[in-house]
Amino acid sequence: MITRRDFVQAGMAATALTGLSGGWSRVAAQQSVTEDMLIDMPPVGNVTLMHVTDIHAQLKPVYFREPSVNIGVGEAKGEPPHLTGTDFLKRFGVDADSRAAYALTSEDFIGLAEEYGRMGGLDRIGTILNRIRAERPGALLLDGGDTWQGSYTANATKGQDMIKVMNALKPDAMTSHWEFTYGGDYIREVIEDLPFPFLGANIFDTEWDEPAFEPTLMTESGGVSVAVIGQAFPYMPIANPGWMFPDLSFGIREKRVQEVVDEARENGAELVVLLSHNGFDVDRKLASRVKGIDVILTGHTHDALPVPVKVGKTLLIASGSHGKFVTRLDLDVQGGTVRDVGHRLIPVFSDVITPDAEIAALIDEVRAPYEEELARVLGRTDDTLFRRGNFNGTWDDLICDALLEQRDAEIALSPGFRWGASLLPGQDITVEALHNCTAMTYPEAYRSPMTGEFLKVILEDVSDNIFNPDPYYQQGGDMVRVGGLGYRIDVNAPAGERISDMTLLATGEAIDPKREYVVAGWASVNPDTEGPPIWDVVEAHLTEHETVSPRGETAIDVVL
Amino acid sequence: MTIRLSRREALAFGAAGMAIFTAGAPAFASMTDDAVSAFAGDAKVKEGMVSVDAPEIAENGNSVPIEVSVDSAMEGDDMVEEIMILADGNPNPDVATFKFSALSGEARASTRIRLAKTQNVVAVARMKDGSIYRASRAVKVTIGGCGG
Repeated sequence: MITRRDFVQAGMAATALTGLSGGWSRVAAQQSVTEDMLIDMPPVGNVTLMHVTDIHAQLKPVYFREPSVNIGVGEAKGEPPHLTGTDFLKRFGVDADSRAAYALTSEDFIGLAEEYGRMGGLDRIGTILNRIRAERPGALLLDGGDTWQGSYTANATKGQDMIKVMNALKPDAMTSHWEFTYGGDYIREVIEDLPFPFLGANIFDTEWDEPAFEPTLMTESGGVSVAVIGQAFPYMPIANPGWMFPDLSFGIREKRVQEVVDEARENGAELVVLLSHNGFDVDRKLASRVKGIDVILTGHTHDALPVPVKVGKTLLIASGSHGKFVTRLDLDVQGGTVRDVGHRLIPVFSDVITPDAEIAALIDEVRAPYEEELARVLGRTDDTLFRRGNFNGTWDDLICDALLEQRDAEIALSPGFRWGASLLPGQDITVEALHNCTAMTYPEAYRSPMTGEFLKVILEDVSDNIFNPDPYYQQGGDMVRVGGLGYRIDVNAPAGERISDMTLLATGEAIDPKREYVVAGWASVNPDTEGPPIWDVVEAHLTEHETVSPRGETAIDVVL
Repeated sequence: MTIRLSRREALAFGAAGMAIFTAGAPAFASMTDDAVSAFAGDAKVKEGMVSVDAPEIAENGNSVPIEVSVDSAMEGDDMVEEIMILADGNPNPDVATFKFSALSGEARASTRIRLAKTQNVVAVARMKDGSIYRASRAVKVTIGGCGG
């Protein structure tokens, strides 16, 4: 159980820390910021961790709009990271209209995006890492996974573009999620050549139920013995196609985590770090139940928090997604105890931070064979196209519009992925932009009849994956996006009873549980799904509608 | 608080009913209670002692790995005689009953079971002194497919 006390401590963490947590937000409020102002912080202690996660194959800087709706349930209600907009700014003392507000929230996104530009880029991240390493030679770089998937070039090279550039950034360890959608055998093959361990304490083989991947990296930083334990995404075979890695089993496996932590301590670890792809709420619960973890580097749910959240003695770090941030965490470790902490969530403003020349050249090299296709213009958008948010986003509105029209369907479904860069009004929709929101290995756009009853089962099922009050039963995506369908959702109702008032928008009639509807969707986890890849469907749609302003053929009534 | 994320039409649909979709009565839970009562006889069923280990969300509902155990020395009077496993949402909740003796060394058993839908896996243990302990673990069976 997570107690109220944990949350009170969470709130206090910011002031208890010695580092200038959130300090850059004040700095960044000034118009003229420099690289030094964004990166530098007063060093603390003897150990430095650098954390990146959920880059989703974004080699280049992107616009990425944070969610405007991110509902927390149960103990997480109203707690970070379930704060958006002005609530977020208020909680962390961030000025509206500042660079920090732009980086961390969706407030006035268009105006601030035009002012402050794109974020991320592995060449800028290279510069940041080099600077930290120059100051702290023992600093460890830890990659939380979802690194190799999410772009045209990653899909075309099965993640080899990312592997090449990330290797040049010299991570000390990584864990994983979407990586496995290139195939379990393929992953086992490519990790043999990685110059760092690919960790997953919770990955087991299905046949003997024995550990299938390295659980722990035992290393040393600043004279301190450090254990980095990897925790892959627990619901891999459920949320993604299990048939792509049929001999692997995942799960939270809390007992296993405790065993591996205990083992690390027995082997002399003075600092225990969990490099996790559990999702923030799962890690918050895990931190309250597993003893002996000093730091959890969280991932999967794409949250960016300007200060650590403290649960008991464990610090939870949330470093955002799509290359927007690098976390620097300094720790003073003495006699197996963390005495002091310094933290900075470094925002990767691409117009402020100089690209590292070597990494920039490497990025150009891996993209070169594809540049012409990447730049091919398919259409233009009049609205911001974004994906993140619990219920809908304009990118998926566009995808659902395309599915309804091009596949002649009554209802469209698009999965609640959290990856996908944004576009600003007036921007061209290029092949690259479209693939940033669709590139994956099971893109087939199916068209099949579904009864009203089954559609309700789908909505109930997915909503429980987000809104189950026990985070261990959550999978961490957003709600499945719908086109042509309206519904009402009572977030706090029990499983199976959240969804009501399902309506076919074309006619305004209530959905009939017995009737079959023609449904078009994509990214089914079932094998042998047939249909054109979703990017072809959207491209055909854009050929007919050169400029789009997604209709948002959906009507969702959310009861909190 | 109600927030409406829709841009249009939403207001018109509030009244459209979907009462047809209310869930059916949980038919099998009472069969589980009956089975526990029969197992316990006159003894009072206490919570705890037994631990049920299973995935929170099943990767494959047709084959869900579970493990039941009781922390017991398995000698003298500190002995577990048997552990019964039930799946309270299956049409037939009976799964298995494991019997133990001093030769077992420990009171632990694991197997794979089929779960038709989201439900509780229930374990009931009988100690040598006749006391009965019960524990359960919810396992979600989902159609999945939208994580990420």
